[in-house]
Amino acid sequence: MILHYLKIALKVLARRKFFTAVSLFGIAFTLVVLTVATAIIDHAFAPMAPEVHQDRTLIVARAMMRGGHAMWRSDPGYLLLDRYARNLPGVERFSISSSPRTAYSYIQGNRIQSVLRRADADFWRILQFDFREGAPFTSDDVTQARFVAVVNESTRAKFFGSSRAVGREIEVDGQRFRVVGVVVDVSRLRPVPFADVWVPLTTAKSDSYKSQLLGGFMGMALMADGASPVAINQELASRLRRAELPDPKLWKQLYAPLETTLELYSRQVFGVDEDAESPAGRLWALMLGAALLFMLLPAVNLVNLNVSRILERTSEIGVRKSFGAPVRALVAQFLVENLVLTLAGAALAFVLAQIVLSGITASGLLPYAQLHVNYRVFLAGLALAGVFGFLSGVYPAWRMSRLNPVQALKGAVR
Amino acid sequence: MNTTVNGTMIQLDAVEKVYRTDRIETVALSGVSLDIRDGEFVSVMGPSGCGKSTLLNVMGLLDVATKGSVSVAGQRVDAMRDAQLSALRNRDIGFVFQVFHLIADLTVVDNVEIPLLYRKGIGARERRERATAAIDRVGLSARARHFPSQLSGGQQQRVAIARAIAGAPRLLLADEPTGNLDSQMGDEIMAILHDLNTRDRTTIVMVTHDPRLADQTSRTFRLFDGRLVH
Repeated sequence: MILHYLKIALKVLARRKFFTAVSLFGIAFTLVVLTVATAIIDHAFAPMAPEVHQDRTLIVARAMMRGGHAMWRSDPGYLLLDRYARNLPGVERFSISSSPRTAYSYIQGNRIQSVLRRADADFWRILQFDFREGAPFTSDDVTQARFVAVVNESTRAKFFGSSRAVGREIEVDGQRFRVVGVVVDVSRLRPVPFADVWVPLTTAKSDSYKSQLLGGFMGMALMADGASPVAINQELASRLRRAELPDPKLWKQLYAPLETTLELYSRQVFGVDEDAESPAGRLWALMLGAALLFMLLPAVNLVNLNVSRILERTSEIGVRKSFGAPVRALVAQFLVENLVLTLAGAALAFVLAQIVLSGITASGLLPYAQLHVNYRVFLAGLALAGVFGFLSGVYPAWRMSRLNPVQALKGAVR
Repeated sequence: MNTTVNGTMIQLDAVEKVYRTDRIETVALSGVSLDIRDGEFVSVMGPSGCGKSTLLNVMGLLDVATKGSVSVAGQRVDAMRDAQLSALRNRDIGFVFQVFHLIADLTVVDNVEIPLLYRKGIGARERRERATAAIDRVGLSARARHFPSQLSGGQQQRVAIARAIAGAPRLLLADEPTGNLDSQMGDEIMAILHDLNTRDRTTIVMVTHDPRLADQTSRTFRLFDGRLVH
């Protein structure tokens, strides 16, 4: 039966070339946009190097102090992370790194702009960077405040061209560092590991950061297998309730959640209260809703095209009904035909999307992003194509199946 | 397979068919009562617009009577749901139309397979075998892979007959099967219908305008303004 459906689907598509071309264009354009969006979302959120333990990693990137009439929102400070977020039960490793900030270097009068992050040694143990040269700095380097640095490939190219960098010195933010490692560029869409240059925390120009509860840092916890993020958060919250606040008359409460990158994004998107439930589900629903909404208009257009096509095939429908085709068989036949068309559009869309993604990657619009149609994007694209095919096929299929056979045989259907 | 009641394939009792639009009410059939026995070959005649095709559609379960009762192949069909009517059509009824109604995108054998597609328990191989046998029966084996547009009118009607008999129906409804053919081709089609009737005991109801063809059937029902006349 399916073979019969496929056979007639291909025949109809080949016979109606203009209709097929118009439909394919609409489907492909819609799916290209959605596939590109999916690839960018995948690039931002999917587990990939260096965030290979993403399923076990929680971030402390937001903090808030609240009093009767005052509120201070910021990224957390070193003191908060060091004093209250270390050694939480269920956490295998904990890293503190500075929020990335712009730094400048000068080579032969040319200014080079980089993003600098100061980190501890656990940063390299939680995140699995792909080293092209050398190795990360060590705990000893951090303890001894050695002026060593890991740079990405782009920074190496800016400073040293195509030659090796390890063992050579760079000047960044007015400090000189000896390069100990070179890593593959990490996309700007991955805010947790992203930087151009990583140096030990302890090389900061002053120690004042060590006494600040809020501002300038990020914590990263690698949970032990099977650990509960809820329990870890409860313990952190409990500690923060007992925290020493700088001015107890002004500040009453300190808040800093451990959350996934997705939760972090979703709170920023929705701007929800810190103590509200995670809006990550709402973010997914919003993205899915946007995708469906985006598909709606082309789907309606395809519905109209399909209905027109049906009206030219009423005789066939009449014959099939005369010979006993049940409603479900006719619905299935038309859905298969529409899915064949949609999947052909999807195949075209994947090729076009890869071209668009290569263009975005080459343009540098999203620094260091390597966008492509990987298997996750491919599967998501197929699912979107399936939904699109169903959306645009189900109404015409239903309408076709409801035709009166006598009227259909006469071709007198409107 | 259902058995017919007292050897009756079709029984219509006071059947009325009225088509209604917003403004117009058209009575297509009025008080039509008739019995057609199992294995009969009957014809229906009458002027254009007298209700012949409507009668055939009601017998073929393609249309529902407004009033009266209809039994086909031993089953009352008045209260049947769409799915039941579809199943009954598929199993027991074959149709031959004046304008053939072959699907242009399918080959002869694919067209003939259509009734078998909707029959439960028939696999692809058996479907192909039965379709091939039906094509052979109408003498078109050499054309099985051709498309309808590559055939003459007479050949297309033979394909339509092969499609109608592929599922071995007990009732064949033919709506002016020779109406679009010249007399020689018409005679060929009639010969095939007679062969089906005599060899397979297929009950055949044929609508025709041609008294010469009606004379070849065992009985003729004459319709005028939706009523049976004698």
